[in-house]
Amino acid sequence: MTSAQIVVTVVGLAGVAWINWYFFLAGRGAAVAATAGAGGVQRVRIEVKGGYTPAVVRVRAGAPVRLEFHRDEVNPCTEEVVLPDFGIRTFLPAHRTTTVSFTPAEGTYEFACGMGMVRGQIIAEKNG
Amino acid sequence: MPETLSPPPESCTIPVTGMTCAACSGRVQRSLEKTPGVTAANVNLMTGAATVSYDPDVTSPEQLVETIRATGYGAELPLPEEATEDLLGAQDEARAKEERELRRKFAVAAVAAVLTMVFSMPLAEMGRAMTDPLMRVMLPLSRGLRHLVPAVDRMSADGWRHALLVLTLPVVGWAGRQFYTRAWAAFRHHSADMNTLIAVGTGAAFLFSAAATLADDWLTARGVEPHVYYDAVTWIIALILLGNLLEARAKGRTSGAIRRLIGLRPTTARVMRSGREEEIPLAALRAGDEVLVRPGEKIPADGVILDGTSHVDESMLTGEPIPVAKGPGDPVVGATLNRNGAFRFRAERVGRDTVLSRIIRLVQQAQGSKAPIQRLADRISAVFVPVVLSIAIVTFVVWFDFGPPPAYLHALVSAVTVLIIACPCAMGLAVPTAVMVSTGRGAELGVLIKGGEPLERSQAIDTVVFDKTGTITEGHPAVRSVELAPEGDRTAVPDERRLLALAAAVERLSEHPLAEAIVAEADRHGAEPVRATEFESRTGRGVMGNVEGRAVAVGNAALLRELGVDPDPGASRADALAAQGQTPMHVAVDGRLAGLIAVADPVKPTSRAAIEELRRLGLETVMLTGDNRRTAESVAREVGMSRVIAEVHPDKKLAEVRRLQEEGRVVAMVGDGLNDAPALAQADVGIAMGTGTDVAMEAGAVTLMRGDPMGVVTAIGLARRTMRVIRQNLFWAFIYNVVGIPVAAGVLYPALGLRLTPTMAAAAMAVSSVSVVSNSLRLRRFASRGHV
Repeated sequence: MTSAQIVVTVVGLAGVAWINWYFFLAGRGAAVAATAGAGGVQRVRIEVKGGYTPAVVRVRAGAPVRLEFHRDEVNPCTEEVVLPDFGIRTFLPAHRTTTVSFTPAEGTYEFACGMGMVRGQIIAEKNG
Repeated sequence: MPETLSPPPESCTIPVTGMTCAACSGRVQRSLEKTPGVTAANVNLMTGAATVSYDPDVTSPEQLVETIRATGYGAELPLPEEATEDLLGAQDEARAKEERELRRKFAVAAVAAVLTMVFSMPLAEMGRAMTDPLMRVMLPLSRGLRHLVPAVDRMSADGWRHALLVLTLPVVGWAGRQFYTRAWAAFRHHSADMNTLIAVGTGAAFLFSAAATLADDWLTARGVEPHVYYDAVTWIIALILLGNLLEARAKGRTSGAIRRLIGLRPTTARVMRSGREEEIPLAALRAGDEVLVRPGEKIPADGVILDGTSHVDESMLTGEPIPVAKGPGDPVVGATLNRNGAFRFRAERVGRDTVLSRIIRLVQQAQGSKAPIQRLADRISAVFVPVVLSIAIVTFVVWFDFGPPPAYLHALVSAVTVLIIACPCAMGLAVPTAVMVSTGRGAELGVLIKGGEPLERSQAIDTVVFDKTGTITEGHPAVRSVELAPEGDRTAVPDERRLLALAAAVERLSEHPLAEAIVAEADRHGAEPVRATEFESRTGRGVMGNVEGRAVAVGNAALLRELGVDPDPGASRADALAAQGQTPMHVAVDGRLAGLIAVADPVKPTSRAAIEELRRLGLETVMLTGDNRRTAESVAREVGMSRVIAEVHPDKKLAEVRRLQEEGRVVAMVGDGLNDAPALAQADVGIAMGTGTDVAMEAGAVTLMRGDPMGVVTAIGLARRTMRVIRQNLFWAFIYNVVGIPVAAGVLYPALGLRLTPTMAAAAMAVSSVSVVSNSLRLRRFASRGHV
């Protein structure tokens, strides 16, 4: 093996390790708790740009939740948001805020783009 | 991101009534504009609507409605569909814009792609560019160019490379820029998508080519051939843009059904208000309003006809092709089309309570749901891109270490090909597009399937249980025959009409469905509406009373025996009638059997054909009924059903369904959704059958808008067809990637010398996702009557 081959192999394997660390392990952003609004509605604003910020939302179970998706891009990958547990599939117009409302029972729910590539999570807790 | 800290305004459109001139709309507009939290307001006199942008932290649509009302005009909260309509409008707009942009970008990229390939040919001949099979097709173009411009042959390799770089820059910097910006946005979120693959693939090829162009001497001095891949870069970007364009178009069509449903709603209604005819926006229509409908107009809400007759086309909601005759007292459904007559009706359900609104909500929920089969696709999508990135790196390393010289070039090309051929989109689109198209198509056929899960369960059904009354039969018993007893008292009961009238006088006080049939038949024959006195009802046996001084009893043989009346003279006829599935009612007058009235619930005209179709689909049909065995078996014979479970008390239907399930069957239960809701819930798939106006739509996993058993065939047929499309989609998406990625990586090279070029990979990837969406769109052509 030439030195070039050794270097390429080592760098390549390091690259694979880094990719798996970066996409699968490093990206877990902290969960953001919803803010209580008028009438007990819990509001969370979620930025949609290549992903969801925050991607993990903590809410109180049994109380109405309003997710305000602000989509700040035209990338069609994120043009829809789906909350399968609540039967919600809605279009998110670019550069606008679209609101989605539901009341979760205790549990963890997923929200994702129309094709399931971009994902987020709602954690509904009793005393959240 | 300071620009996103302040919440952007939300907007809503509020219908305003009572405005007659520009001064009115001006006043409403000014008062809205003065309201705290309102950032912009626009009141349109023509459409009677106020469009308001507001800060949701300060005000709400409810407060805005109050503000408008305070000015003296009417205002209503917008209907939920209007919000949907708004979003669909925005979606159409966004899609149209996206398509326009993609077309422009594709045009530029395509021209650049052809030119870069033609310009790469001289380089290829010099051995300074990689060759692509596409080049052979382009060869005449290159020859033509040389023929026209002989100076071409004198240009140096370096000159060609610079020319190609100039051609490629607008493609990378403008047409394909979106891939890089979107990949970066995703990267910052620690996520990766289709854009990441394209960006890394074309980016690597472009950067290497740019280095080979700008620092060729430096590379050559280090033993690296200055090869360029500009044609690959431009072709990849052009083909992926074309794929995106076709995909955007096809995706736009998947939500067509919901658009059509929303479009069914008329925008205005003509009502009588304080004795005057007035046209009002639909949102201002209230329950209790008297609404006028002219020929050719759409009916604006659900209600009951007060006067006038007409034929109404209900096909858009129930799939029933023949217009239905309507007269006073008949129900009408909003969004259906009035054909020939004019009528006045009282609105009973308006806005979000109408049948149409409920259908729209159910279809939307169904389209937002997930089929369990998607879970696997989801799990793969979640890890797909990082895994492909890893495979690309490994491909590079393996080629670099073990490939034939020049190994670094083979390594680069193979890694880029892996990145480009991988198609996460096909996997992501496989299930949701099919569920969307199928639930939408179902709604058009009057079959509401409540989501991906019922859809998936429906295809596994092997047994269909029908509740008899109202599903196989009309559900309204009717008098089939009236016969006098041979030894009856002819002075008391001279003819059949008198027999019917006497029986009806007693039955008028009963609430039994059989009683209704007798009363209706008597009324039809013009009987006096006489009522019995001393009425008495004996559960399960019959009723009795005194009619104009005569003791009249109507019921079964047991009742007559209890009363000391001999039912035997009618016994043989009664048996014969029962054997035909009819219920014989004995009528005794003054202690003697006077005659028999046979009542039966007629079988629906399509029941037999539906049962046959179900059998053809390999399904066993079972009848479950509370009726006596003889009646049930007779009906079963008439429609050709194989198994009958009779004399089941309503509370026990659930247990019977469970028993069938314990036999290992996957059971669909068809019922009216009201009396048999528990059995519907117990079944693997509950199918609620209604009649357009009166449907327990929320009951059951599937709702048939029309009381036609053929709808069961349509529902199961559509479910099977959809699951087949989903399986095809998933199979294609998986196999495509499972085969495509290794071939792109070069696994066939050692044995067969076979490799793909990045351009071929781009073409395959573009075709892959479009083909999945197109396959789902085939479901739009699904025809009812169970063609599977």
